[in-house]
Amino acid sequence: MMTLAELDAIKAKLHSQMMLRKEESGTAETEGNGTYRKHVLVCGGTGCTSSGSMGIIKKLEEELKKNGIENEVKVVKTGCFGLCALGPIMIVYPEGSFYSMVKEENIPEIVSEHLVKGNVVERLLYSETVTENGIKSLNETNFYKKQHRVALRNCGVISPENIEEYIALDGYQALAKVLTQMTPDEVIQTVLDSGLRGRGGGGFPTGKKWQLARNLVKDADQKYVCCNADEGDPGAFMDRSVLEGDPHVVIEAMAIAGYAIGATQGYIYVRAEYPIAVERLRIAIGQAREYGLLGENILGTGFKFDLDLRLGAGAFVCGEETALMTSIEGNRGEPRPRPPFPAESGLFQKPTILNNVETYANIPQIILNGADWFASMGTEKSKGTKVFALGGKIHNTGLVEIPMGTTLREVIYEIGGGIPNGKAFKAAQTGGPSGGCIPAEHLDIPIDYDNLISIGSMMGSGGLIVMDENNCMVDIAKFFLEFTVDESCGKCTPCRIGTKRLYEMLEKITSGNATLEDLDKMEKLCYYIKNNSLCGLGQTAPNPVLSTLRYFKDEYLAHVVDKKCPAGVCQDLLTYKIDPDKCKGCTACARKCPVGAISGTVKEPHSIDTSKCIKCGACMATCKFGAIVKE
Amino acid sequence: MAFKKSVVAFSQTPEQEQKLMEVINKEKGHKGALMPVLQQAQEIYGYLPIEVQTIIAEEMGIPLEKVYGVVTFYAQFSINPKGKYKISVCLGTACYVKGSGDVYNKLQEVLGINGGELTPDGLFSLDACRCIGACGLAPVMTINDDVYGRLKVDEVEGILAKYKE
Repeated sequence: MMTLAELDAIKAKLHSQMMLRKEESGTAETEGNGTYRKHVLVCGGTGCTSSGSMGIIKKLEEELKKNGIENEVKVVKTGCFGLCALGPIMIVYPEGSFYSMVKEENIPEIVSEHLVKGNVVERLLYSETVTENGIKSLNETNFYKKQHRVALRNCGVISPENIEEYIALDGYQALAKVLTQMTPDEVIQTVLDSGLRGRGGGGFPTGKKWQLARNLVKDADQKYVCCNADEGDPGAFMDRSVLEGDPHVVIEAMAIAGYAIGATQGYIYVRAEYPIAVERLRIAIGQAREYGLLGENILGTGFKFDLDLRLGAGAFVCGEETALMTSIEGNRGEPRPRPPFPAESGLFQKPTILNNVETYANIPQIILNGADWFASMGTEKSKGTKVFALGGKIHNTGLVEIPMGTTLREVIYEIGGGIPNGKAFKAAQTGGPSGGCIPAEHLDIPIDYDNLISIGSMMGSGGLIVMDENNCMVDIAKFFLEFTVDESCGKCTPCRIGTKRLYEMLEKITSGNATLEDLDKMEKLCYYIKNNSLCGLGQTAPNPVLSTLRYFKDEYLAHVVDKKCPAGVCQDLLTYKIDPDKCKGCTACARKCPVGAISGTVKEPHSIDTSKCIKCGACMATCKFGAIVKE
Repeated sequence: MAFKKSVVAFSQTPEQEQKLMEVINKEKGHKGALMPVLQQAQEIYGYLPIEVQTIIAEEMGIPLEKVYGVVTFYAQFSINPKGKYKISVCLGTACYVKGSGDVYNKLQEVLGINGGELTPDGLFSLDACRCIGACGLAPVMTINDDVYGRLKVDEVEGILAKYKE
């Protein structure tokens, strides 16, 4: 068992070392920071690991040894810094030098020049940080300037595999405060007052959920605290980054929730597709038990709480709360009707709360800084910050955390750096398969739960995929429907059969066989599915169709009436042609064509026989003169 | 999701059987133990043929139809063996808008199999997956533990060639 004094002692011991990584500590190399004069932080999140950061760490350790400074420079494998597009990423503190797209062959130079001699290798820095007047701090770059990190506070700062680094930055202090200074009702009141709403997408007030679980069933012999880490939205990786970068924050918050509702056991249901997150959670739970922060008599207060991991197995519907609980019980992850709500009868028929990872990541900060601090951020009805995973046709793919009320334009153009290759913005997709596409006319709307719903999309868990003029909106709607058809659990008919019929209608449109009447039928079917499905999956499945119908009706009409795909995506509606003015008659395309559909004499414009053409696009990829067009 | 019956006859080593029994004995009696047992069994055998499901059902006292129901519900459980090299193409939204659908089609064409199938020589199996979270590298595919990012369709054949050697 650990006492409060011991917790504080660990914090005091490591605190000054950790302050080295805070840029406010100044750029000068100060003495008395402990044994290490520099910390090199390398991102070990999934994005950077995929682009080779583990090799970087190995090389770095070799080079430090070679130069005999392995006891002066500390290498720390952290979680996600956010700027995944520029991975692998490496930061050197106390200077805060941000090296991006680091290659193994760069390491000897960085070690000998920067870490030994103190000369920053400007050429290899993130170009945004290099200005005429010297090197800018990372927090002044466009990507980070407007961000405000609450849930991601420790991501990219601490080592997720070292509980002491978490403790050094106020970790487990919120749990200590709750256990020694607050009653469960006070905890719930604080969460209620903060205005925190569920970050998984639904936006239900978190405090309200806890209150129900505490009060609804008075004489329960067991209650459960669950964490939804089954982040299934394709293109969303907020929760994964929190788990990979700061797993203890979730453990601490779940223990706080356990104290608040009177539960002694928790489960984290995490996607098996996130091996790094699973591994770090395992390590973190083990360390928390070892330090006595999970288990019996926590911090000597008599409070008991323990956690277990449950791995998902690739079923999107298990993100729905009742389906998730059914899955933890060891069954097919099918949802069940509510009521009874989980607060009354959830996991193993006991009162249960389920919150999402990002929701939990806010809790310790709310306890330590107070409800008013949290409620001062954001809009009237949506408090705090929200993490978004930026993806698709955008420069700065990655993870951002912004105060609620920031506009989409700021997120896409300022933080995200805009659309690559000079293409025009077409839509932003939020909320994954449950959400919708937001057109350019709504770019200035402040992002919060209610605004997004009013324009036909939803907050969702935080995936934000940007699409440009080359994306066909009918095709995107079809893509999402294919997903929901695949992921519908099959329990209720409106979702099982309805989504399939909806998908077939979209296929009819993209193959040029639909009539205007089909469009009307399709809309009717959308509302039917929404109104009659059992769970959130079916109730929201038609949203991608409805929102594209609402904002991009002209694209649907082009497919249906003119039999054309304006974005040039839907193969059945395209014809490849050769522009005779641009064609030089080089014969490259004719040689590449797999079906011999291209003919012509050398040095004369060629032509494509559309009856033979299989629309593979090989000619277009081959032509050096841009003479081949599809329309 | 379509489930085809495997053509490969099932066989197991004594070590595999012993490991499975250890897993079952460790988890049996815990609440909701079936999923963790199936996950570990798949790690031991690489897939979950009906023979393995039968052992689990009998040892845990759970009806086989329930075991089968759970196995076929979740995308991660496979009742067919996978290739020596497991290819997964991400068809998550971020990869899809950047052209991973074309990469997936190219792989089916080059390998001569559909998604979810295994090449006759047992070398490659091909699956689509939903977001591995490396959206910054889109479009992405993985072959066993190797990640290939910022893929172009014409790189596919060269990458496969590396594994055929």
